[in-house]
Amino acid sequence: MANNRGVPLLELDPNGLYCAAGDFYIDPWGSVGRAVVTHAHSDHATPGSQAYLTARDGEAVLRARVGPEVPIQATAYGEELTMGGVRISLHPAGHVLGSAQVRIERGGEVWVVSGDYKLASDPTCAPFEPLRCHVFVTESTFGLPIFRWPDASQVISAIHAWWRANQQLRRASVLFAHPLGKAQRLLACVDPSVGPIYTHGAVERMNHLYREQGIVLAPTTHAAAGSRWDGALIVAPPSCHGTAWERRFGEFSTAFASGWMRIRGTRRRRSLDRGFVISDHADWPGLLRAVEETRADCVWVTHGYRAPLVRWLAEHGQKALAVEAHFEGERDEPVEEAGE
Amino acid sequence: MKDFAELYAALDRTTRTNDKVATLIRYLKAAPPEDAAWAVHFLIGRRPKRLLPSRRLAEWAVEEAGIPDWLFGECYQAVGDFAETMALLQAPAATSSDRPLRYWVEDRLLPLRDVDDQTRRARVVSAWREMDEGQRFAWNKLITGEFRVGVSQRLVFRAVAEVAGTTPEAVAHRLMGEWQPTAEFWRQLLAEDAPNADLSRPYPFCLAYPLEGSVEALGDLGAWQVEWKYDGIRAQLIRRQWQTFIWSRGEELVTGRFPELQALGALLPEGTVIDGEILPWKQGEPLPFGQMQRRIGRKVLGPKILAEVPVVLVGFDLLEFQGEDVRSRPLAWRRAELEKLAPPASALVLSPVVEATSWEELARLRQHARARKVEGFMLKRLESVYRVGRRRGDWWKWKIEPYSVDAVLIYAQPGTGRRAGLFTDYTFGIWDNGKLVPFAKAYSGLDDEEIRQVDAFVRRNTIEKFGPVHAVKPELVFELAFEGIQASPRHHSGIAVRFPRMARWRHDKKPEDADTIDTIRALLW
Repeated sequence: MANNRGVPLLELDPNGLYCAAGDFYIDPWGSVGRAVVTHAHSDHATPGSQAYLTARDGEAVLRARVGPEVPIQATAYGEELTMGGVRISLHPAGHVLGSAQVRIERGGEVWVVSGDYKLASDPTCAPFEPLRCHVFVTESTFGLPIFRWPDASQVISAIHAWWRANQQLRRASVLFAHPLGKAQRLLACVDPSVGPIYTHGAVERMNHLYREQGIVLAPTTHAAAGSRWDGALIVAPPSCHGTAWERRFGEFSTAFASGWMRIRGTRRRRSLDRGFVISDHADWPGLLRAVEETRADCVWVTHGYRAPLVRWLAEHGQKALAVEAHFEGERDEPVEEAGE
Repeated sequence: MKDFAELYAALDRTTRTNDKVATLIRYLKAAPPEDAAWAVHFLIGRRPKRLLPSRRLAEWAVEEAGIPDWLFGECYQAVGDFAETMALLQAPAATSSDRPLRYWVEDRLLPLRDVDDQTRRARVVSAWREMDEGQRFAWNKLITGEFRVGVSQRLVFRAVAEVAGTTPEAVAHRLMGEWQPTAEFWRQLLAEDAPNADLSRPYPFCLAYPLEGSVEALGDLGAWQVEWKYDGIRAQLIRRQWQTFIWSRGEELVTGRFPELQALGALLPEGTVIDGEILPWKQGEPLPFGQMQRRIGRKVLGPKILAEVPVVLVGFDLLEFQGEDVRSRPLAWRRAELEKLAPPASALVLSPVVEATSWEELARLRQHARARKVEGFMLKRLESVYRVGRRRGDWWKWKIEPYSVDAVLIYAQPGTGRRAGLFTDYTFGIWDNGKLVPFAKAYSGLDDEEIRQVDAFVRRNTIEKFGPVHAVKPELVFELAFEGIQASPRHHSGIAVRFPRMARWRHDKKPEDADTIDTIRALLW
């Protein structure tokens, strides 16, 4: 049972999801003592806590976010630690390099906090591991049935076709992608024989951290070192769109790689030429499958389309409740940088 | 359908005008003539008469997707486009259709009108199963008639002109009026224009831009014709071969709604086209536009409403004279001929020419425009030809300053299209006895950054939800601008305004500084 000692294993306080029995937070948004971090995206990894625990694969990227001094304890996936009265272990979430689900166990009662996750395969990170638990805390960034991802290989082919078509027109191809995770996933999949690949500094920094851990990415050059752009692919954070940085490329076509590109309106209002539907989050069928495989008694739903997912689960006999976690920007709003 | 769906996708996936025109030209050259005709028909915004209620279509999409109604509603809120939501919810496509557009429109779409709902459902669902996702989307767009794809009419005219080897203006003219999208029509469109191809065919309207900068910059007042700007229904009255046609600017044939103007047509010489503004009119001046809306809303025009709200055509231009297109003659000439042919004491009122000796004098007159029940001035160069579409240089509208009030944001709901999923549609309240009453809705006037900020505010400050509508904490104050104002029993506040929009976000004002119903009532005329 979820509640065998009268106190739930996790509760929400002003700093985030707190485990009193183990005295730690998971992805706190405030400054706390001990923070267990599911992954290094800014809405999950906040600097300012005294100590961090993260998966070993994610240590370097988390370090880049929280600063050089703070102690970070890194643990292998599946390795069990005891913290106060609970046993805790991290398991692959398949979201980005080093992303983890947090499994907490106390006297046979198991809770799992998913962080952000996807079920689709990704050459840059360990695949999502389904875990049985009593309470499953899931994200819901794309918790509507309109979100169903095409096969990633088809999307990569479409990116190649777009890149080649731009080459014919002597245009550069500027591809916007989250600089941590999505950019590297794309760079691990695109064919470098099509043309030269340049990156924005924020992407290149992360590339470096990925490569140091043995992840093979297509060869890239920092855009600051480039001069000829026609025929090139340039990978940059979405925030560069419409800025002076972008103008150096002369004639270019723009595209955004994101799950939000499933909706025409979100692409059109950004004046992007193309949208490639590729996400590091679970789509609707993925969320439902993940929930089902946990066989949880109760599902907590955080950020994204909380209300619809909770209602759907409830209508299908799954106890579920919406949790107002503070994962800013990911609430209901399709702000592209948020979840991606 | 394959090529057409790809055309739709290709137009949608570039923001460059030249790429769009090139894409259109490629399609039009390669397509069979009947497909080209249908494509142009849809692209310039024409639509088949309502085929079936959208509600039905949604029901079938929901049943096919195996989701409850409420979840369809949530999805629509996120997508902001009905046809797209339905396409996104269908099971992944197993196939795609190679049949031409003509087949899908004439053999599959149009026959839906004449069958019962059960048959319609079966046919629509089977169509979905024959198509891929892009095709389903285009097809849904055709059914729902919301076919907008980010190409303006002008771009379509440019592309057709390129294919036909003529000018966009000529194409614009040939695509006015009534025509059937057939192979024959397409061939005619590309060929030299046959005379009297369509007896009722109007001319493309010439439109004015708002005046930019100071009026003195227009130079010598003597080179300009100044008229009052009336707020009515822009229309062309056409008299050809003993028949009268009235076209609105929305390219709707509205002859039947204005018996007064049909009678006027009979008084006009053969081969006449007059451009003007239809206005409800009594005792030499316009009635409030709301009166016109009373009349437009009716299917049957009884003697009572005709007596209460008679209309006239305030004529200001002559486009065809003795069967000849005179648009390339100077305005001064066209005006003189219009004056000569106007039947006395008829439903044709010549748009008065405003006499003034200086721009300053006009500026003073403009201050009193509201008392005259006009929106300001139209300034037209006396030498100007009658051009196609909205152009700078020869015609300007010099409108009076809009009304403005400060109001408080009280409700918000998500927008559609490119504003899908963002709170962009707002309702504003004003004070009435210590309570905020809804006063006007506005959607435009904010820039993207402001929209983002208001959107974030709405998400943090929602106090109650009514479906998609969020009631928010009354905190943000905006200056609303609007054109007209009148009493209306149908509105909460008892007041209806025309063209409300956000003029400014008043960061400097608190909700209690917003205007009250009394200040606004004082604006009523």
